[in-house]
Amino acid sequence: MKQDVLKIANKKFKSRLIVGTGKYKNMKECAKAIKISGAEIVTVAVRRVNISNRSKPLLMDYINPKKIMYLPNTAGCFTSEDALRTLRLAREIGGWKIVKLEVLGDKKNLFPDMIETLKSTEVLTKEGFKVMVYCNDDPLMCKRLENSGASAIMPLAAPIGSGLGIQNKTNIKILRNQTKVPLIIDAGIGQASDAVQAMEMGCDAVLINTAIAKAENPFQMAESMKYAVISGRKSFLSGRITPNLQGSPSSPKKGLI
Amino acid sequence: MNKKNKIKIVVNGKLLTVNLKFSLKNLIKKLKTPTNKVAIELNEEIVDKKKLNKIFLNENDKIEIVHFIGGG
Repeated sequence: MKQDVLKIANKKFKSRLIVGTGKYKNMKECAKAIKISGAEIVTVAVRRVNISNRSKPLLMDYINPKKIMYLPNTAGCFTSEDALRTLRLAREIGGWKIVKLEVLGDKKNLFPDMIETLKSTEVLTKEGFKVMVYCNDDPLMCKRLENSGASAIMPLAAPIGSGLGIQNKTNIKILRNQTKVPLIIDAGIGQASDAVQAMEMGCDAVLINTAIAKAENPFQMAESMKYAVISGRKSFLSGRITPNLQGSPSSPKKGLI
Repeated sequence: MNKKNKIKIVVNGKLLTVNLKFSLKNLIKKLKTPTNKVAIELNEEIVDKKKLNKIFLNENDKIEIVHFIGGG
């Protein structure tokens, strides 16, 4: 059987679960949860080095970027300029070309500013970046992002950190049909069934942070999400039966006593 | 102390005083920052990490040193 791999910007991955590294109690907990999740890609943020307290542990000491791909994000950026500056710096840290673009437009619901997002995607693509784009679930804007050279379209299921699950299934289905690059649900996943649903709808991957990091037992939730993504993917690939309102007995009628 | 030989710079938003003709390399060394894990900006321009010893700081220079931390 042909191996089912996720291909982003010509890089191949076995795991279809991407996890965030924020909101954990400490680095040790974060590293352990990521290991359990089986993720091969983790999102990371770019921030100032604490120059007055150098004893603080570094992320790279806990998660080896040679073993797990760091996906630098622009979390916290509200303008195209800030996002571009952040990703150019990220590339300088270690030569990363695959990045996650996220330009926020609203401080409360953290919805993306799609005009700034589109502008940034165009610039970054021209600069040679492979841009995975956090976006809303509007098919028209997503198409424009894809046409601008986005390497992955990453619509939200619901607001970041909300745990509400996929709110607009119709849009995600439309996106599935029209999107040629990887379609990744980013933000809003709350429980394993949300991840299963995303994968069963044919999404190529899911990106989860809060649902794992803030679960009472993050390790168990990491494992649960790992299997949810595998389960949903296999279900999608297996060709489900047509839903039917009539019953259909599972045992043969012949030979009934 | 002879103030003429000192300059004021801002590193990650913090005011620091260093010697005149202090290089970026000296600064990174002084801050004990591992260069392979950071990116450096001097007055909003990204600095080539291979040229740190050739860049000398001037009064009021703004330096940003960033790295990766946990995030979603």
